[in-house]
Amino acid sequence: MGGYGDVQMIDENGVRADGRGPGDIRPITIETGVVPVADGSCRMTWGTNEAIVAVYGPMEAHPRKIQRQDRAVLDVAYNMAPFSTTDRMRPGFNRRSREVSKVTQDALESVVLLELYPRSKIRISIEIVSAEAGTRCVGLTAASVALADAGIPMTDLVVSVASGKINDVVVCDLNKEEDNYGEADLPMGIMPNSGELVFLQMDGDLSQDEFKQAWKYNMDAAQEIHKLMVEALNGGDSQ
Amino acid sequence: MNGGPVARLDNMTKKNGAAGPQGNKRGNNLVVPGDDLGDSEGFEAGHGVLVMSGRLKALKQGKLREKGRTISIEPVHTRYIPRPGDLVIGFIEGCTNNLWFIELGAPFNAILPMSLGPGKVDFGGTRSVMDIGDAILCRVQEVEETHSSVVTMKGMGLRKIRSGVVEEIDPHLLGRIIGKGGETLRRMKAETECRIVVADNGRMWIDGDLDGILDVRNRLSKISRDSRGGRN
Repeated sequence: MGGYGDVQMIDENGVRADGRGPGDIRPITIETGVVPVADGSCRMTWGTNEAIVAVYGPMEAHPRKIQRQDRAVLDVAYNMAPFSTTDRMRPGFNRRSREVSKVTQDALESVVLLELYPRSKIRISIEIVSAEAGTRCVGLTAASVALADAGIPMTDLVVSVASGKINDVVVCDLNKEEDNYGEADLPMGIMPNSGELVFLQMDGDLSQDEFKQAWKYNMDAAQEIHKLMVEALNGGDSQ
Repeated sequence: MNGGPVARLDNMTKKNGAAGPQGNKRGNNLVVPGDDLGDSEGFEAGHGVLVMSGRLKALKQGKLREKGRTISIEPVHTRYIPRPGDLVIGFIEGCTNNLWFIELGAPFNAILPMSLGPGKVDFGGTRSVMDIGDAILCRVQEVEETHSSVVTMKGMGLRKIRSGVVEEIDPHLLGRIIGKGGETLRRMKAETECRIVVADNGRMWIDGDLDGILDVRNRLSKISRDSRGGRN
């Protein structure tokens, strides 16, 4: 894996460069209803990541050839703003954004009850305003909150979080340096109520024990993030 | 809700005020998708609720309502789903030689065949009668399982809308506008001196002088705002 060999990112007491312990996640804020014209929307900050997600629909699917007679189709567009990284992102789609859009769509298709809206389309735009590391996790988590805000029926929310390995130690929620110079990265999409997986990727190598540890970190973090999501959804509608 | 608290203090316990203060009125009656609503034994699943392996499960975000044995969720946001017999206001989105495509604010468009159109229309003359962008008052004739739906303009008062404005709100708020026995709506009509036709898809046709129309619009946007808890 990439990396530059001997970058020290975690000390012998298990304290990471930004002061977190191995199982700690970066601070998260979630806010709904940030895009007034959209049917549902969400702004999520996670460390110095920030994503804005807008959901439109269900609506008539155009062009007609993309319609499915038995279910709705999801149209997920993940995009990083040109100013989201320190060196300017070239605007528009690229290979990476297409991949992230695809895995996000696959993950969301397993929670949204698509068969209730045949011949329709649900459009989900994920815009990364500020990127650090783990933007696909932010995008997917925020997308599920925005879908709930839009009133689209789902069997569960999706929490996405990544764990990885730095200096041979398994840690939760990698930041930029840990992601760039670390040895492995394991993003997961989790249905917090049932603990089922909707999304799993792995970069680099983990032994079986390391994998189990990363799994556990992700599952624990998912419960924690789920509480924030519930709070954001319910708190935004206090009457 | 299951999945007990994770016993781990960390750097995010203080500043996680996602939207609004913590420990607010978030009682048991607000739910989000995936929430477990208890055993399904002896209960019926209403709107936004699904039975999965013997448990009731929330599918939508909203307020939990328990009416008799039926558990349902009053959603914060919905799309209109056409049902046969509904009075709706639609916009013409496309035409062919013998039919119009009508946009109803629903997840799918409806068709208006020439035979159900207003008056007599010649083959190929659809566009000269009602063009793209025109608003019409019509009635849903049928909705199939695959969501192909047909609207009709044959009926009392169904016509092309030539004056006034069309306003839109979430369909689940219609009850608040109409009120018990139509009382709130009647009062609004009297106070603003407007003619108001409320259609089932959340759109309404408002006709009157400018001040009256603006008055109605303000009232509607207030209702929408209130329902979203002061947001938007």
